[in-house]
This record gives sequence, C-alpha cells and structure tokens, in this order.
Amino acid sequence: MLIRIQPDPFDLASILDGFGQGAGAIVTFSGIVRDDTGQMVALELEHYPSMTEKAVRDIATKARARWDLEDLAVIHRFGRLSVGEPIMAVATAARHRQAAFSAAQYLMDYLKSRAPFWKREIGADGPGDWVAAKCSDEDALSRWD
Amino acid sequence: MDVLYFAWLRERIGEPKERVETSAATVRELVAQLVATDEQHSAALSDLSAVRVAVDQELADLDASLEGVREVAFFPPMTGG
Repeated sequence: MLIRIQPDPFDLASILDGFGQGAGAIVTFSGIVRDDTGQMVALELEHYPSMTEKAVRDIATKARARWDLEDLAVIHRFGRLSVGEPIMAVATAARHRQAAFSAAQYLMDYLKSRAPFWKREIGADGPGDWVAAKCSDEDALSRWD
Repeated sequence: MDVLYFAWLRERIGEPKERVETSAATVRELVAQLVATDEQHSAALSDLSAVRVAVDQELADLDASLEGVREVAFFPPMTGG
C-alpha cells in the first residue's frame, strides 16, 4: 500500500511501475486541476499536516477491508497547483475488475469529504474564493453504508 | 491545549494556531469559551453547521469529550480529491 502526501508533481507511470503485479485488474484515476470559470490560474491546497496521512491511511485501510485488493495507492498533492496539473491519483489492483473499480470509487468519494484538504481558487489578481464542499459529495458517501 | 484553524476559519481568526487554557469538558463547551473571546472567534464559529472538528487528529463531533486531549482543530467541510 502506497500513500504519499506531497507538494511536488508526480509521474504516475513511474510510481506504478510494478504496481499490482499478478493482479487481474488495475484501475487508476487521476484528478486534474480544472478551470470552470475561465478566470483561474491555479488552485492553492491547504491541508492539516499531522492528520492528513493518517486520515488517508484510514480510508485506504477501510477499502482494503471491504474489497479483496492486491494493492492500493493514493497520491495527493498540496500547495499551489496550476490549471492542468495532476492534483491526485488513486490506483487499485484486484483479481477482478469489479473490486478494482468499486474500491477506486470508494477511495475517491471518501477522499473528497473525509481527507483534511481545502482548496482555494487563485486568479490572475490573486487569491479568490475557497471551494465549497458540495452536498452531492456528502451524498455520495451514503451509497457505501 | 492547542487549537488549530484551517482555510477560511484560519483567515477569520487571524491565526493558524493558539494555546488555550480551558476546563471545557466537551468540544461544545470549548466553542462557547472561544466565541466569548472576541469578535473574530465569534464570527468564525457562529455557524457551526459550516464547521467540522477534529480531536487529536480524529474527526469528531461537538459532544466529543476533551479529557486528556492535546489538540483540537476547526475547519470547513473538507474538499479533497
């Protein structure tokens, strides 16, 4: 199981070299900084350093308890990230695709609402609004009850 | 204990962290003490439906006990991913 919380860019292909060897299915998801307004140049991600890795590890451990996974990886960045840069990635490896897909979705749903990160939009003129959590993100957790 | 603030709560309080002497038994009692401190605390913690809390780096609720606790953090709903 690989968990990385870092400011630096990452190369998913090299991180996943050898990941899930022997598994029948590998699912990867990458989140990319996106500009919905046409005004944003970057995202500033704040986090809670002493809590973040533990919170992500707890989420990952619950995913492993729920599905029969061969391996699992979560990489999440913090700091200033330009539009178009990867912000985070998850990867799951399992014998069968259903477990790999479901575990990846579960990880994403919980990382959205239970990992201590906060995003702020940075425009050409400087810091803008904090990104508000969506009700739909919280609702997404209920499907795993 | 140490009290930490993140994102817009940190901005409204004006500090990321403060040392608080308290006899509060629960998070709710600690909030009441903080709100009484000054206008910044009062503004940041006025709408608790928009505030999440962690007690010693574990997500908790307002009724969580503070017995033996060293660090309490307040922040808006998380937006990871």
